Amino acid sequence: MEKHAGFMKALKCRECGREYPLTANHVCEFDFGPLEVVYDYERIKQTLTRAAIQTRPKSMWRFRELLPVAGDPTVGLEVGCTPLIKADRLARRLGIRELWIKNDAINYPTLSFKDRVVSVALSRARELGFTTVACASTGNLANSVAANAASAGFKAYVFIPADLEQGKVINSLIYGATVIGIKGQYDEVNRLCAEIAGKYPWAFVNVNMRPYYAEGSKSMGFEIVEQLGWRVPPNTVICMASGSLLTKIHKSYQEAIKLGLAPASHYRIHGAQATGCSPISTAQKAGLDFFKPVKPNTIAKSLAIGTPADGFYALKVMKETNGRSDDVTDDQIREGIKLLAETEGIFAETAGGVTVGVAKKLIASGAIPSDDAAVLCITGNGLKTLDAVAGHAGYTREIKPSLREFESLLDAETRAPVHA
Amino acid sequence: MPESATERIMPVKVRIPTPLRKLTHDEEIVHVAAATVGAAIAELQSRYPGIKERLTDEAGRVRRFVNVYVNEEDIRFLQNQDTVLRDGDEMTIIPAIAGG
Repeated sequence: MEKHAGFMKALKCRECGREYPLTANHVCEFDFGPLEVVYDYERIKQTLTRAAIQTRPKSMWRFRELLPVAGDPTVGLEVGCTPLIKADRLARRLGIRELWIKNDAINYPTLSFKDRVVSVALSRARELGFTTVACASTGNLANSVAANAASAGFKAYVFIPADLEQGKVINSLIYGATVIGIKGQYDEVNRLCAEIAGKYPWAFVNVNMRPYYAEGSKSMGFEIVEQLGWRVPPNTVICMASGSLLTKIHKSYQEAIKLGLAPASHYRIHGAQATGCSPISTAQKAGLDFFKPVKPNTIAKSLAIGTPADGFYALKVMKETNGRSDDVTDDQIREGIKLLAETEGIFAETAGGVTVGVAKKLIASGAIPSDDAAVLCITGNGLKTLDAVAGHAGYTREIKPSLREFESLLDAETRAPVHA
Repeated sequence: MPESATERIMPVKVRIPTPLRKLTHDEEIVHVAAATVGAAIAELQSRYPGIKERLTDEAGRVRRFVNVYVNEEDIRFLQNQDTVLRDGDEMTIIPAIAGG
């Protein structure tokens, strides 16, 4: 146990409340419940004020007191503070008064929100003395672990389903990580990693380091609150794989209110899934507080988790905040990607198409009132999932380098628009 | 396992996760003779008292943060605790909280 634990007090089981020391451990040995970091909020209150935050460098670490490292962070100092875009053109298309896009598709260094969680997990792994890091991933996490491990000097093992998009595989290999493709679904990768993590002295960011890792997602919420002028948005739409991001953004809003950074307000947290992997949204729509595991089949591979670890808690958050959930088909996912690209100039990966598609449904149904405001969390970059939209994004008009050919093309298209 | 047993027994390998190894005296793999997952849990309990309440709730259902696999398939896709075990099968108990 370290003498100095920063603003952390202990790890605590979310189910039974038993406390554990701040080691690399994610499971309560009594009931297998998830362990969560407990903070000293009284001390945090003394230093974490709006004024103090605004003087700090523009990265997720401006909220350092609420992120679980004992000393100063050492990995991912440039991560976060991604743009919050006022999306007026998309708002008109979706039929809502005020719409914002939190754009983690351009997070540093690997273009997804996973850089947030990895920067926390690796900073903490170093504090705990690890030299090798690992993860079970649907792609984005693998990219981020590989890149951040390279720059921080860790050895990295990343485990992914063997059939991932090529962009995500190459984006892990290039950094020199050992990439292990498992012939199976993500849930099987996850099961194997849970077994490996029990056997090897590695910092598995989303297994034994999960209590620290998951807290990194809160920074996305803190940034939204600050970028909106220190207020919690009345609606936030978040895609769900394990459901962890959704629960942590909720927690960030609660902490911002608790610490006086934002005034107390009613807000709703909405969850988005792909129809081909919708254990959480199916349960939410049926009014259940438990989910049934599924075998995923969707182009949104980054969300293809059939047995979501935080599914129970995601359902609880939506119930408590009066949020809703829905899911969209592969075609609707592609439409969502195109809509976001054509209205706001943002190319999101499939998970972003899920978020936009579900937001559209929730606004149309009145679950998100049209006279209200909403933030959509875009978590990853479209350049990594080109396979999913190839052949659906339109086509190139090929002509000879001749003005005559160009003008006849323009003329033809003006008279009869051609569709791919 | 009783070596004298002449009736049909089914030696099944059970992988014990780290949080439960204090109960199994640090054994990672134990062998049980049981015809179903439910019977395997009962036999584990008779040999390692206290293990059952860690795996199942008051109603006897597998706890929500415990995943049980038979030959790498989640028992929720099989017949839950009624899932039949055969000679040489491998049953794996794993904390559900991981990944994402």
